[in-house]
Amino acid sequence: MRRWCKSLWQVRMTLEPLKAEIEANVPGCRLEIVPNPSPSAQHSLLIDAEHAVAVATFLRDAKNLQFDYCSNVTGIDWPSREITEKVKVTKTIEGPDGTPVEQEVEEVRKSQTVGHLEVVYHLYSMALKHGPVVLRMRTEDRGERVHLPSLISVWRSVDFQEREVFDLYGVVFDGHPDLRRILMWDEFVDHPMRRDYIDPDDYEYEPTAHDEVMRRTNEHHGRTA
Amino acid sequence: MTTSTLLPPNVELRPKASSDGSDSQLLEVSMGPQHPSTHGVFRMDVALDGEHVVKLKPVFGYLHRNHEKIAENESYLGSMPYTDRLDYFCSLTNNWAYALAVETLAGIVVPERAEYLRVITAELTRLQNHASLVGFLMQDMGASGTPLMYAFREREKILDLFEALTGARMMCNYMRFGGCRVDAPAGWMQQAQQVIDAFPRFLDEFEKLLTGNEILMARTQGIGVLSKELAINAGVTGPMLRACGVNYDLRKVDKYGIYDRFKFRIPLGEHGDVYDRCMIRLLEMRESLTILQQAMKEIPAGPIQDPKTKIRGFRPKPGEAYGRIEAPKGELGFYLVSDGSPNPYRYRVRPPSLINLTVLEDMCLGRNIADVVIILGSVDIVMGEVDR
Repeated sequence: MRRWCKSLWQVRMTLEPLKAEIEANVPGCRLEIVPNPSPSAQHSLLIDAEHAVAVATFLRDAKNLQFDYCSNVTGIDWPSREITEKVKVTKTIEGPDGTPVEQEVEEVRKSQTVGHLEVVYHLYSMALKHGPVVLRMRTEDRGERVHLPSLISVWRSVDFQEREVFDLYGVVFDGHPDLRRILMWDEFVDHPMRRDYIDPDDYEYEPTAHDEVMRRTNEHHGRTA
Repeated sequence: MTTSTLLPPNVELRPKASSDGSDSQLLEVSMGPQHPSTHGVFRMDVALDGEHVVKLKPVFGYLHRNHEKIAENESYLGSMPYTDRLDYFCSLTNNWAYALAVETLAGIVVPERAEYLRVITAELTRLQNHASLVGFLMQDMGASGTPLMYAFREREKILDLFEALTGARMMCNYMRFGGCRVDAPAGWMQQAQQVIDAFPRFLDEFEKLLTGNEILMARTQGIGVLSKELAINAGVTGPMLRACGVNYDLRKVDKYGIYDRFKFRIPLGEHGDVYDRCMIRLLEMRESLTILQQAMKEIPAGPIQDPKTKIRGFRPKPGEAYGRIEAPKGELGFYLVSDGSPNPYRYRVRPPSLINLTVLEDMCLGRNIADVVIILGSVDIVMGEVDR
């Protein structure tokens, strides 16, 4: 039996009505289904930061849903990238006899997407033994506006995992009672899981630098070998 | 269920007034990172009022090597040997969880015989993990040597089986997307059957040594009690959750692989204390043995991998998948995001031991240091997985 066929069926059956149900019960929330084209077909619900806690509380407490168990919390970094798309534009150009002629031209347009950080929550129900429902939240950018609400008041299991996302990605979870670095040390400044993170090259702790390490150390300190 | 009781404890750091009116103060102790009871480089910042713990903050990261970042710069197959190093006691279940996540992501079918080999190796892994965990727990309690050596004697036999099958005792690197790396060599099945048949004798001996032991009962019963509600809310999984009486085992819930074919029971605890956690593991070993007996009898001949599955130069279509299995320590999950390139765009490990530590402070508050040691021991952590 093909395992993923079952989950595909389940998700198609449950995600649309689930969205409608949440929208009916949490007034004002903006939801969007993010499709997942892979055979796993674990589609997800993008929720807005403003109503995240209300949506999560509803998912946990509704009698027919009871998502009492938040299994996995993780971050994803989506830096801004260039999209090239071909657009058909009608342009007025000068014809061979000097009169303006309208012509359809294909034009390549380049645009930058807005980079953002994404936090993904995988929910299951221990009471009703169903799931997963995947929730996502996005920050506005990757610089200053990286605040998202913490869901710790709904599920205690997000405690260390949100700290980890804060540590490695730099998402600030408002409302988390103890938001400190968890894996890196407190004095560390950068967020190592971001895509544009640059490894340190001074090798402070390398006692016997040689070869590649020596070269990069010298470059760092502006020395010639 | 009120949410306020489930939040991290808000500790008040003020010592109780002493009876003779003299000044008393809290003693702050840093237990670890080099402490024999912390099972690796793990630290707990503990504040003590006399003998009693009033604050306990776990500190992680001493073994952090950013496994996830390394995997993002590695091909899908290239991360397989590295998953062995997560929970180095149970490399085969780590392999399986990762293979399952990739198979879910790309929609790969696993042949029958490979599924059986996976079940057999995973249950053997569970046996040796639980046996040595109980041994370590006794060691933490002061039963120096004997129970741990009994457990390690049995673990050795299972590791010999792993070596004969995979070439390595602990870093097995055995599973592949859509199957297993090699088939069992000639005579392996008989050897495995002998180990499995002899195991109940060891369990009888072990249980006789432990379950009725008065010192063990005095040290563990009613210690480190975890409530059902908190365990669920805090995402505690595995034997620790079932010791609280919650019937949630992914082998029954998800029925991943071929677990729907086997008859076995899920042992459940009642009190959620250290004693229950210890007993659950002993009982789970019995159930693993029944699964093993069935699997050894039913295993069919056949291929262990579809020769058409692409392993090198493997590029799954864009998308994402979360795959999870019941590892001996709890729910081990892998979350993968593919952008169509040969490397995963995002590779995340959901480590059961890290998340089971969420409730460590709740269980330890008000107990003394000697209890903290065994409560931590009953959580069953491996730092390779906690810190990744």
